[in-house]
Amino acid sequence: MVKSKSAYSIPTKLGKLETHIIVVWVDNEASVLSRVVGLFSGRGYNIESLAVAEVDQKKNLSRITIVTTGTPQVIEQIVLQLKKLVPIHKVGNFKKDDKNVIFKEMALLKIVTNTSKIKKALIACKKYNPVILDQTNKSAVIQITALGKEIDKLTKILKPFGLVSASRTGAVAMTRGAEIFN
Amino acid sequence: MPKLFSGAEIVFKCLEDQKVEHIFGYPGGAVLPLYDELKNHPSIKHILVRHEQGAGHAAEGYARSSGKPGVVLVTSGPGATNVVTALTDAYMDSVPLVCISGQVPTHLIGTDAFQECDTTGITRPCTKHNWLVKDIKDLSRIMNEAFIVATTGRPGPVLVDIPKDIQFAKAKYFKPKKEKKQKEKSVNKFNQKDIDQLVDLMKKASKPVFYTGGGVINSGPKASELLRELVSLTGFPITSTLQGLGAYPGDDNQFLGMLGMHGTYEANNAMHDCDLLINIGARFDDRITGKIDEFSPKSKKVHIDIDPSSINKIVKVDLSIVGDVSNVIKFAIKTLKKKNINLEKSNKQKISKWWQQIQKWRTKQSLNFINSDKVIKPQHAVQRLYELTKNQDTFITTEVGQHQMWAAQHYKFNKPNRWMTSGGLGTMGYGLPAAVGVQIAHPEKLVVDIAGEASILMNIQEMSTAVQYNLPVKIFILNNQYMGMVRQWQELLHEKNYSESYSKALPDFVKLAEAYGCVGIRADNPDELDEKIEEMINTDGPVIFDCHVDQNENCYPMIPSGKPHNQMLLGPKDQNENKISGKGKALV
Repeated sequence: MVKSKSAYSIPTKLGKLETHIIVVWVDNEASVLSRVVGLFSGRGYNIESLAVAEVDQKKNLSRITIVTTGTPQVIEQIVLQLKKLVPIHKVGNFKKDDKNVIFKEMALLKIVTNTSKIKKALIACKKYNPVILDQTNKSAVIQITALGKEIDKLTKILKPFGLVSASRTGAVAMTRGAEIFN
Repeated sequence: MPKLFSGAEIVFKCLEDQKVEHIFGYPGGAVLPLYDELKNHPSIKHILVRHEQGAGHAAEGYARSSGKPGVVLVTSGPGATNVVTALTDAYMDSVPLVCISGQVPTHLIGTDAFQECDTTGITRPCTKHNWLVKDIKDLSRIMNEAFIVATTGRPGPVLVDIPKDIQFAKAKYFKPKKEKKQKEKSVNKFNQKDIDQLVDLMKKASKPVFYTGGGVINSGPKASELLRELVSLTGFPITSTLQGLGAYPGDDNQFLGMLGMHGTYEANNAMHDCDLLINIGARFDDRITGKIDEFSPKSKKVHIDIDPSSINKIVKVDLSIVGDVSNVIKFAIKTLKKKNINLEKSNKQKISKWWQQIQKWRTKQSLNFINSDKVIKPQHAVQRLYELTKNQDTFITTEVGQHQMWAAQHYKFNKPNRWMTSGGLGTMGYGLPAAVGVQIAHPEKLVVDIAGEASILMNIQEMSTAVQYNLPVKIFILNNQYMGMVRQWQELLHEKNYSESYSKALPDFVKLAEAYGCVGIRADNPDELDEKIEEMINTDGPVIFDCHVDQNENCYPMIPSGKPHNQMLLGPKDQNENKISGKGKALV
């Protein structure tokens, strides 16, 4: 073994990585998003996607949904560190393959091509609730909702059909059934 | 119609309601309305520092020695950026600070105005929370909330950034609500079952050890009393982190000394070999654990902490108890007494073998050093300082480096809140301003900053503060002309390439003391040391004591990097006895 010249210890081997969806209810106030994001960057956690919007105008509450990857210990730390932030009310933590939770992303896809290819593109989107928001004889803007990896796949398929621009939200999550997450 | 107050008045009314007696600060353009208001509040005394970092550390010293939050007042821009080191230091060591900073008027925010900086942006990662007050109506609520956030749960620094126009604007003042009881409930998240489990583990253990930290000090003097009761009730050995020193008497037989990188042989070996490790208010810092994979491999681990995010962060534990240390210990003692009247006796039998083993480790006398009659050994200097000051209630602060470790090893603390040192962040230049803050909180007590000649120069300007307020702080410099800890690491790990760790042009500290208007004392040889220390103690006023010590002394024992607790490197005496050449062993 190489002799260490460091005053710090050598990193120990990493555990298995898991993807989790972290849902955070926060006071919708100035700089609250930067507190959350700053916690992730400052402690070296990663963010794969992030979605945020106000959900309760009366109580001034926003809901932030973050997709992140880490070892089980890191995920536990993320939740506990988030709970320490003053403007945070509650934190939800779901495994990405949790069957009781619905995850969805939305994407707006712009296709510039001819009418026949637009039709083919629409057929390719069929499974993902396509809505045509705008159409000319040269172009179309299609809205779809799907899982992140499905959108990844779809954008690859649509490239030859004239996909020129894709705009995607981060994942948002909701539990199934009558239960509410508290 | 209720009376309207200006922003500046509201700030001071709130400080009065929070029973603040001292604030540490430095004026400037963006806080002039606040400074103008100062004269109307005689119960609040302002201490003018010489640098905003000094204000922050002074407030830390004040807070850690008194248990009350420290209050800092600085101007916008450079005033705020200068205090960042102190805020980070307080964040790492869980010290309650409320920092009030001025900001340019709201209409100029974001325009790169004179002395503008994004203060809340810069201090976001080094405070528990911060606020930019954009509306005068929020000011009294925010000010009161700031004190609550700083002092409840795991304490820490907060910052309130107040634009200059808000300091002039007028609004109603709201008194703080009394919601303390609720907050107390929210930090104690344990139940009797957890305590029963703890007691059960205690009963079963045959090689137990308590590992206590700064959380015991932060929990208040009552926690230290309860800890002493718990330790004597169980008969278990106890070791402490750097920050926890003083919570348990340093000269007690059950105390194994400090643990960690420069901890004692017996403390570290006990940590390694124990079968039950009870962490009370400590956080498994990397200077404590050594190599994580081989950290205390055979033990059941219990972690008592007020901060849930400290648990399982570094070391996975078998039982976690989230709560205020004094509350948890109180319940543990109650349960112990109720369940097991004979515990004291039965336990002592059960763990007598463990104590025999500890006695064996103790015979190594790992803090020993080879004394000299020609040159002052730094450890000897600290020991003499201890012997000559232990008859009075002495407060010790330190800078950062070898002298800090020697102080921790050789000065024995018997009470909490007597030891102020920068442990987490390791801020050189901490000790002098901290001593200023301690002396403000305890005007009649002896306050000594055990310093190094390199560290002290980082905030030497605060001597001027000490002189201005006639604060009789004693600056005890262990002067070896090197950044000693850097030199030691370079000797052990970088083939004695002493790159930039020698200070070629040091000031004459005696003349420097005189220039500041205080007393300078120099000691060169061991014969005169006691007499000179007495002279320092008996001087009424601030003193700089320039103690010339052995330049080549290393701080032992130590755990070399990447090694577990049971592979300590002992001092030169042991190395000679074991006939291992100093060089060979040093290059572990």
